[in-house]
Amino acid sequence: MSPQIFELLVNATVETLYMVGLAALLGTLLGLPLGVLLATTGRGELLQNVAFNRIAGVIVNATRSTPFIILVVAIIPFTRLVAGTSIGTSAAIVPLTVAAIPFIARLIEGAIREVDRGLIEAAEAMGATPLQIIAKFLLPEALPGIVLGLTLAVVSLIGYSAMVGAVGGGGLGDLGIRYGYQRFLPEVMAAVVLVLIVLVQIVQSLGDLIARRVNKRAIGGR
Amino acid sequence: MIEFQGVEKVFSGRGGGPEVRALDGIDLSIGRGEIFGIIGRSGAGKSTLIRVVNMLERPTAGSVSVDGVDMAALDGAGLRDARRAIGMIFQHFNLLSSRTVYDNVALPLELAGLRKSEIKAKVEPLLELVGLGDKRDRYPAELSGGQKQRVGIARALSSEPKVLLCDEATSALDPETTTSILRLLADINAKLGLTIVLITHEMAVIKEICHRVAVMESGTIIERGDVFDVFTAPRHATTRSFVSSVVGAELPETLSERLVAEPVAGGNAVLRITFKGAMANTPIISQLTRRFGLDLNILHGRIDHIQDAPFGVLVVEAVGAADAVQSAISFINANNLSVEVLGHVPANLRAAG
Ligand SMILES: Nc1ncnc2c1ncn2[C@@H]1O[C@H](COP(=O)(O)OP(=O)(O)OP(=O)(O)O)[C@@H](O)[C@H]1O
Ligand SMILES: [Mg+2]
Repeated sequence: MSPQIFELLVNATVETLYMVGLAALLGTLLGLPLGVLLATTGRGELLQNVAFNRIAGVIVNATRSTPFIILVVAIIPFTRLVAGTSIGTSAAIVPLTVAAIPFIARLIEGAIREVDRGLIEAAEAMGATPLQIIAKFLLPEALPGIVLGLTLAVVSLIGYSAMVGAVGGGGLGDLGIRYGYQRFLPEVMAAVVLVLIVLVQIVQSLGDLIARRVNKRAIGGR
Repeated sequence: MIEFQGVEKVFSGRGGGPEVRALDGIDLSIGRGEIFGIIGRSGAGKSTLIRVVNMLERPTAGSVSVDGVDMAALDGAGLRDARRAIGMIFQHFNLLSSRTVYDNVALPLELAGLRKSEIKAKVEPLLELVGLGDKRDRYPAELSGGQKQRVGIARALSSEPKVLLCDEATSALDPETTTSILRLLADINAKLGLTIVLITHEMAVIKEICHRVAVMESGTIIERGDVFDVFTAPRHATTRSFVSSVVGAELPETLSERLVAEPVAGGNAVLRITFKGAMANTPIISQLTRRFGLDLNILHGRIDHIQDAPFGVLVVEAVGAADAVQSAISFINANNLSVEVLGHVPANLRAAG
């Protein structure tokens, strides 16, 4: 592999990490509260607000059922508005984040719903406020599930980021398409796939490790 | 300390199903410093009754007051304050798996906004009280059921409540652990003067530590009173079956099969004599023999202690003249023991049995 190609590969990897990292961060910042609300506003729940729960649910489902590649194109005007352009690595962060938010929200919602209802009851019996119940009971108890969910989200974002490459977003996907496919350099294609595999492996192993560390439910297994 | 007045709780049926009357006109007064037991079969409404005390369940009618405060009338913040003065422990402990023993016990204090040093000063003695001083940095997953319930108790006590509600607190534990947890509760009741309301479906638990008991069935209280009285003279059939499960007042089958209601020619009366409290020490059998010339065959007997007060049941076959048996019965009654003619048996009972 020529030094130029190697440099391209390194740059593309950095771009991918940048896109995925920022999209995951923004997606978590917005998806976490949304997930908490989805889990706590249903009928009979802590912050019951059925109307909000329905509407948020519909929007989340709509976003999640739109194929990512179509979402990228469909929100181009919004991307321009936010990023000033619709092409390039920074612009790609916008659709990635938009896709990540509902995905992360549902994962967090699921993790929170797994928390034993008896704990909420104990919290209420202790005189905890709804906010305290969320912060001191639900989130800490759901943490292992949340970590695994976020790991899954990052892995998915790595895949999505390769897709935005196809529409001019930069990163590993972009490199693979332009050099590997259009210029027919199979070794570049192979290198891109290899780097993606390694990235996903690293993320997954790290996620599993952290999830195991924060999980105090199965101490014996450590 | 806790007053229920005409408390009703109706659950509207889920998905159009029939509604459930979980509580149906409960009037009950639980005194300060008392250990009050509530027993009933599954679905009787026990959990609902204890949960209306701290408004985890709102009654659909009637009122509940704790320490003179009408619980249903409180607003959000008022209710949270009131709840801090009511500890609760649960069948499945409901501890946070993500927190150590120490941090679980500290949690109610954290919620109340106490400083770290204040929390420490309260939590450490509590861990000693429940015998978990050496487990402070363990996680619940590393503890046995009994230890988890001790954490639950320490946590419930950390906000210095006046009332402790226990919903089947020992039902997930083996008999020995149950006894040690009950001892701890009795200890706490004596030391701190805490009012304890305890729900169970095991009469043995009531017998062990409760002062008074209420028996529930289909959302109502069918019998209530001092534990000793309810045990020794249960009035309701349900109560009787609960009591028999621990004091074994029922006759063995081989005997009950042979009993007939009417006197039989050449047969003998079978009497059940019940000894209670101080009377349990009366040498009644020898007195009956001496005074009335009766021969008494002991068919079945049992002596038990209900919180240190002796309680015995003796089933005897009275061999002798009919009028002598009658006089003996009057004599037993006059001596503050109770006696009941269970029936009659043919004379050869013992030979046949
Ligand atoms: N949230 C609820 N919605 C509808 N019905 C309920 C609800 N909670 C309890 N019930 C019903 O109310 C009745 C009393 O229930 P409760 O839990 O008080 O019984 P229990 O005496 O505690 O029984 P167990 O010994 O099984 O715990 C039952 O018929 C139960 O099905
Ligand atoms: Mg119950």
